[in-house]
Amino acid sequence: MKKFIHDFEVTRNIHITDDYFALNLKCPVSLPDMLPGQFAEVLVGNSATTYLRRPISIYDTNYDTNELSLLIKKVGDGTIALSKLKEGDILNLVYPLGNTFSMPQGENALLICGGVGIAPMLLLAKLLHSKGYNPDILIGGRTSADIIEPGKYEPYGEVFITTDDGSAGEKGMVTQHSLFTEKIKSYSIIYACGPDPMMKAVARVAASHQIPCEISLENTMACGIGACLCCVVETIDGNKTTCVDGPVFDTRTLKL
Amino acid sequence: MLDLSVNVHKLLLKNPVMSASGTFGYGPEFDDFMDVNRLGGILTKACTSKNRDGNRYPRMAETPSGMLNSVGLQNKGVDYFIDVIYPKISHYNTHIIVNVSDSTVEGYMEVAEKLNPLEKITGIELNISCPNVKEGGMAFGTSCPMAGAVTKAVRGVYNKTMIVKLSPNVTNIAEIAKAVEDEGADSVSVINTLLGMAIDAEKRRPVLSTITGGLSGPAIKPVALRMVWQVSKAVKIPVIGLGGISNATDAIEFLLAGATAIQVGTANFVDPQVCIKILDGIEEYCSRHGITDIKELIGALES
Ligand SMILES: Cc1cc2nc3c(=O)[nH]c(=O)nc-3n(C[C@H](O)[C@H](O)[C@H](O)COP(=O)(O)OP(=O)(O)OC[C@H]3O[C@@H](n4cnc5c(N)ncnc54)[C@H](O)[C@@H]3O)c2cc1C
Ligand SMILES: Cc1cc2nc3c(=O)[nH]c(=O)nc-3n(C[C@H](O)[C@H](O)[C@H](O)COP(=O)(O)O)c2cc1C
Ligand code: FES
Repeated sequence: MKKFIHDFEVTRNIHITDDYFALNLKCPVSLPDMLPGQFAEVLVGNSATTYLRRPISIYDTNYDTNELSLLIKKVGDGTIALSKLKEGDILNLVYPLGNTFSMPQGENALLICGGVGIAPMLLLAKLLHSKGYNPDILIGGRTSADIIEPGKYEPYGEVFITTDDGSAGEKGMVTQHSLFTEKIKSYSIIYACGPDPMMKAVARVAASHQIPCEISLENTMACGIGACLCCVVETIDGNKTTCVDGPVFDTRTLKL
Repeated sequence: MLDLSVNVHKLLLKNPVMSASGTFGYGPEFDDFMDVNRLGGILTKACTSKNRDGNRYPRMAETPSGMLNSVGLQNKGVDYFIDVIYPKISHYNTHIIVNVSDSTVEGYMEVAEKLNPLEKITGIELNISCPNVKEGGMAFGTSCPMAGAVTKAVRGVYNKTMIVKLSPNVTNIAEIAKAVEDEGADSVSVINTLLGMAIDAEKRRPVLSTITGGLSGPAIKPVALRMVWQVSKAVKIPVIGLGGISNATDAIEFLLAGATAIQVGTANFVDPQVCIKILDGIEEYCSRHGITDIKELIGALES
């Protein structure tokens, strides 16, 4: 897929919680096609301590208005600087980067998201829905404050929630959710994005039921376009780049 | 008409702007962002005699105005380069210079000998300065006898343009430059990365899997500029300057310090079009200063 570099205009900066915000960005030309799982390398111009671009998933797209949105969690100087952007500010993106998820080989699919790991899952849920699937979407967090915009997913599947402290949905980790006892056999594929321990736990459960599992990795990157080899992950075929060969990997190919 | 061409030994570069090894893939990675043919040359990712997996992740740490890397020469080896990569890049209408590395003198010789017949590979750059491998690498570049020996050995099997890339992790870089000039280097690239380290205080752990890594980016520019200046006074062969170059002004500074050509590295990650912007900016500088031949600027530092 052809990659682009464009100056986007910030059309909205939406405060979601103290930790999360979303940026709506307008493309100066027609928005190119983007696939679920793909990301942008964002140039953080307003942070003196942020030198490299930051990889951020494409959260949502609107081809009618040529807008895309990013869902971002504040974790350090770069993301905090992005949270301060205002309407009319310019943000330079290199995009769309990386690969995408594969489509289910059977009827049902389970999407599992932890924290900001929900970002790449919205486009996936939309695509699955448009192809006639009705996926289950399981969103996990430590507390209810980590469950971001679950309503956004409701049009595209059935949404389930877990929190470590039980403040929303079922109490416990995602892999302890009742879906794993009641419906697990009905899934032909599981997709997951979230913290590493969560994805590893999901991968183990999927493997034990012989269900294909695809996860989206968040390795640190320098270039995002396969030029530096900084972002590698160990696979059964040697080191692969997370930015070009990923970020989506079939867990059976990874040395987890 | 502005003449931007420069000569690096037998290589006539259409302009002095090249991409630095390990930061530009093999070229096609940047096709969507620029016309790669406009560059004076492309320096490929390191090529070694055998397949190398490189170091374990994490291999990168951001630093103030730069980054540390410990990629460790990951590549599939020279035979794969010749069979698979070369056909995909041989259409470029610019100099393709392969960065050659290994852990033994015999390894360097093997790679150079195999690359010698490739028509579109018009030169090699001996990387005797990689800080990220356990054996060889930087060790070759930090002592005059070692640097001289590997240069001499490769000279014996390679008859096109041979550039030697020097390590800044030495006390007297000019001495090393002279040692490789004496053994037949046609040019030197100055500098590779500076050995550095990053620590995650919260976890009390090193950030990189290798603990130490190579520092690059704007943070190293003053050091690189100083070394280019020292080396260009010490040797007669052309010096290629690099280290932190991010814009046309940086590039001009390196030419003034004595570099015949320059390479752009880490800046490609921040702006994948930066090489072309630097090229355009050099033209603009020349027209502003009434310069008709870029060669007038080489070593033209006034004091
Ligand atoms: C393909 C991909 C897609 C991503 N999508 C999103 C997204 O949609 N929304 C979003 O908010 N974030 C996303 N991330 C993560 C995001 O890139 C990082 O959070 C961001 O780079 C941090 O920058 P910073 O300057 O704020 O923090 P830094 O100052 O760089 O780091 C602050 C702290 O966060 C940790 N950290 C930094 N990067 C990561 C990372 N990649 N994973 C885990 N911890 C990290 C650091 O170790 C440090 O402790 C994605 C990452 C990748 C690789
Ligand atoms: C990710 C990365 C990989 C690199 N790989 C190589 C390499 O394979 N061979 C080499 O000679 N230099 C390598 N270098 C060093 C650069 O070519 C260059 O000498 C150095 O980064 C300084 O220039 P810069 O500050 O413009 O990046 C690498 C640098 C980086 C950042
Ligand atoms: S971030 Fe450079 S290769 Fe992936």
